[in-house]
Amino acid sequence: MISLAGTVSPSRGIFSGSMADSEVTRGTVLVKRGFAHMQKHGVIMDVTSVEQAQIAEDAGAVSVMVLDKLPYDVRQAGGVARTASVKAIEEILDHTTIPVMAKCRIGHTYEARVLETVGVDMVDESEVLTPADEERHIWKWDFTTPFVNGCRNLGEALRRIEEGASMIRTKGEPGTGNVAEAVRHIRLVNSEVERIRGIFQDGNEQELLRISRELRVSHDLVKETGRLGRIPVVNFAAGGITTPADAALMMILGCDGVFVGSGVFKSEDPAERASSIVYATTFYEDPKVVTEAQRMVDEKKSMLGMEVKDLELRMQERGAQV
Amino acid sequence: MTRIDALVIPGGESTAISGLAEWNGLLSKVRDRISTGMPVLGTCAGIITLAKTTYDRVGRKTAQPTLGALDVVVERNSFGRQRESFEVDLDIPILGKRPFRGVFIRAPKIKEVTRPVEILAKLGKTVIAVRQRNIFGTCFHPELSGETRFHEYFLKTARDLLKEG
Repeated sequence: MISLAGTVSPSRGIFSGSMADSEVTRGTVLVKRGFAHMQKHGVIMDVTSVEQAQIAEDAGAVSVMVLDKLPYDVRQAGGVARTASVKAIEEILDHTTIPVMAKCRIGHTYEARVLETVGVDMVDESEVLTPADEERHIWKWDFTTPFVNGCRNLGEALRRIEEGASMIRTKGEPGTGNVAEAVRHIRLVNSEVERIRGIFQDGNEQELLRISRELRVSHDLVKETGRLGRIPVVNFAAGGITTPADAALMMILGCDGVFVGSGVFKSEDPAERASSIVYATTFYEDPKVVTEAQRMVDEKKSMLGMEVKDLELRMQERGAQV
Repeated sequence: MTRIDALVIPGGESTAISGLAEWNGLLSKVRDRISTGMPVLGTCAGIITLAKTTYDRVGRKTAQPTLGALDVVVERNSFGRQRESFEVDLDIPILGKRPFRGVFIRAPKIKEVTRPVEILAKLGKTVIAVRQRNIFGTCFHPELSGETRFHEYFLKTARDLLKEG
């Protein structure tokens, strides 16, 4: 069952039309969150070209995420990181049968509109790119295309859902090859969810209301989190996943799937790494399969990781804090 | 796989599902069980994995049949991309008069039926749900509708089929 909690209605992203004498409705919460459900237990891979998209598709990725530069290269290049070229996205759309997602800048409503018009299947309002609005995120209810947003804690996740996100991912620290921040974020989310679940089961309405004020989100969304014992939409891991074992770790911590950014195409064995991460994500419960996947990659070919405390740019801290 | 009575292959990404099932050796086991009468329901990506012939709307890329059990030709992503995904009230006679909410997400279409199959539902002229003996397929996601009528029908029919042996 898909939770419809936090739905804002009416929404400008929903519209009706007719098909074969029947009235069809597009852009509904069910259709948007349902799309995210179809990605569960899968891997979404960052790509910058048709060649990379082909490798990802052949490896069994459930979607590709188009960006101009991989997060690692965004760090190296410095300057302002924007959404990918329309031509590059269109070329990937024309040659890929799995869903195609693309990133836009935080708060950049018009980059998102362009991505929707081009026809991407989901928009990632991403801290990997340079935020365009320091005060607010995109009002995602105005779109027919579903959105995914990053979070470092439960409050961020629920605020993004309130703004219309259909899927959540941890932020982690992108482009570092270091999974530690993603682990920190999902552990924090888990402990906050656990606390709310306990309060919900105790029927303590006053405390639920107090928490919703603390998190700056609606009472309903906090209650739904307590009732379900999880974030009410699909929740993936992202930020620093580099090996099959990293992916399996994020899955046992309760993530519904993983995004791999620089980990695949900044390694020296992208094809093997892509499929091995897919196997480890889907069959994470079986250590034999994860070991088999881990055997497919060579640690000497992994991207070189970065210590998070030495970073000049902490992408996870970018964007509006409300 | 030898112990289950019936199987549901739900929505997801058909390319990923078939690749993984091939890799871990599940595909041939499922194929054998279907050919000896195990009831199976495939929805969206599931009907794609069941179909004898599939191709993608993007570049008309043909794909190797995965289970190759259902005598239909399926076009993937046939209703368009996510932007075009939709909900609609469907008339499915076997479920009674009350309309059934169909959820279509990057959904496929059944373009052709290559051997006699029972047509369970249409949207206009497009066939969107079929049954061939023990094999059931839908282009929409009954698992997302928030009601269980379609699954109840599958379970009841599956039980009858198993009783008949």
